[in-house]
Amino acid sequence: MNKELNRRDFLKNTTAVTAGVATIASGITLTTFAANDNPVTNEKRWGMLVDTNKLTESNINDMVNACQEENGWGSEIHSTGHQKPSWIKKIKVKDKVTGKIDMLPMMCQHCEHPPCVDVCPTNASMKREDGIVLVDKHLCIGCRYCMMACPYDARSFVHEDLSNQKEHMPRGKGTVESCTMCVHRVDKGEMPACAEAVSSNGVIFGDLYDANSKINQTLKKIQSTQIRTDLNLNTGVRYSGI
Amino acid sequence: MNIRYQQIEGRSLGFYALVAGLGVLILTALGSVYFMEHHGHYVTGMNNRIVWGIPHVFALFLIIAASGALNVASIASVFQNKLYKPLSRLSGLVSLALLAGGLMVLVLDLGRPDRLIVAMTEYNFKSIFAWNIILYNGFFVIVAVYLWMMFERRMNKFSRKIGIAAFIWRLVLTTGTGSIFGLLVARHTYDAMIMAPKFIVMSFSFGLAFFILILIASYKWGDRPLGDVILNRLRNLLGVFVAAVLYFVIVFHIGNIYLAENNNVEMILFANGSIYTNLFWYGQIILGSIVPLVLIYHPAVKGNRSVLGLASILVIIGGIVQMYVLIVGGQAYPLEMFPGKDILEGYGGIVAYTPSFPEIALGVGGLALALVVVTLLVKFLPFLPESLADKVADPHHKI
Repeated sequence: MNKELNRRDFLKNTTAVTAGVATIASGITLTTFAANDNPVTNEKRWGMLVDTNKLTESNINDMVNACQEENGWGSEIHSTGHQKPSWIKKIKVKDKVTGKIDMLPMMCQHCEHPPCVDVCPTNASMKREDGIVLVDKHLCIGCRYCMMACPYDARSFVHEDLSNQKEHMPRGKGTVESCTMCVHRVDKGEMPACAEAVSSNGVIFGDLYDANSKINQTLKKIQSTQIRTDLNLNTGVRYSGI
Repeated sequence: MNIRYQQIEGRSLGFYALVAGLGVLILTALGSVYFMEHHGHYVTGMNNRIVWGIPHVFALFLIIAASGALNVASIASVFQNKLYKPLSRLSGLVSLALLAGGLMVLVLDLGRPDRLIVAMTEYNFKSIFAWNIILYNGFFVIVAVYLWMMFERRMNKFSRKIGIAAFIWRLVLTTGTGSIFGLLVARHTYDAMIMAPKFIVMSFSFGLAFFILILIASYKWGDRPLGDVILNRLRNLLGVFVAAVLYFVIVFHIGNIYLAENNNVEMILFANGSIYTNLFWYGQIILGSIVPLVLIYHPAVKGNRSVLGLASILVIIGGIVQMYVLIVGGQAYPLEMFPGKDILEGYGGIVAYTPSFPEIALGVGGLALALVVVTLLVKFLPFLPESLADKVADPHHKI
């Protein structure tokens, strides 16, 4: 049976390059779209391994800056304090017993069972077949329930009008946004901006399912963890060293 | 005795002043919405940590109270208590009006209220929020039909059946509202399905308090007789409901204190002297629960309707405070992302929230909308019995 392609399937199954072209068209009708030869499937599961032992504080700062630069957030004029968006942030923790201090980058963990997707009333929060969790900016009504549900404080609400947006990453006042794992780059075979910003092996990006991938092989060898493992969300972002 | 229903005259200066006053509050709310939507939510006190502020406090309070206000009608038609029967129409009306007010606030606080049509057409059936949208809309329809059955003499015979349906629907609805919080597994301040029955009992209490106030006010201002039998029955019922809410609150918090993982929440939110500690103890517990219980049950003031009115007002204020502590306090407390570790930088701590004027105006506007709907509809349709004097209303009245 032929299934008619609707906008949601389109966003889920095509590259973010095409999606970007489509979603920027608020009030403008675009008639041509780039064709995509590689539909997104669940044969891949994109993930990231963050080794806090190999990351310095400046590495993490570089990651945050790279994300801001790539996706165009952080230059909001009116938003103050916690109103400012934060797709990725540097967190410093101290062990209560030993006093050991760790620093880590924290962003959307791209869960296999994302609570944000479960609670979203309009299906705006969604998970692509390859595990990347996104917000469809056309369907988001700005109810913020996903922000209540996210265990990682990973989502931001756009509190003001925006200008000079990046063509590949449309954003909108009154909607919710978060790390997209740089889906527009990943679909072109590139790495997320934050991973690329670290030259050491501190961040490994790749296909968790691919037995030959570096991330898969490393995860087999070293001890790693997921944040809030107790919730059983099976996150795509893993950490070692904490 | 036959009950005769009659519209209120609604031509006095007081009536017009009330409608005008409520109208001003509603217009202020709409102006505030325009201001917030035009500029974006940066003009509010809300942020990425306190994502639901004062508007949600009012919205959810009104929605909970709405389902509770229907109880009087349910007691009459489901449990066939004759004393409550003359009050059924008003009960249905107060219920619909409160729901309309609550939904107005909820919808107008969305980041994109212009996309309401999306919420009506795109459903994620795994989302309790989506289910609530269906439950709210269904409630409107069911209660409207229920009122029709009560108003139309030929349809009276169906009013019990539809009353039972409305009663079940409202229990499901409040379960849904409580589950919005109960199902938030990530947050230690919620994540407990006791929220669902707790919300149901809260709805009994808040809804009845509204109903009592509206009943007393409309009979006093409309110069109609209202006997003590009905009021004393409602007074006792309110007492039971207030005590039941207190019970659920105690069970919820004792449970949290027992569990090591939730210990911090209790200590930091309810014992350290923060704004939430004070609101909880002085607002919710003392002013909103204990004082009303004393006012309701103390022999010295038993039968005094001004005191009952005061107790109802305190239950409403205590209810709003309770919703504030639950919604805002629950978010102010940070997510426990790293058990066994302290977060030194980048996240954590109790977040401050200062509600802005437009947010408060929107919340109050929802309350005003509910009251103006009741005020106008009792003028245009016969919701209120001409008399609720004991000899009319009390089936066991002895002359």
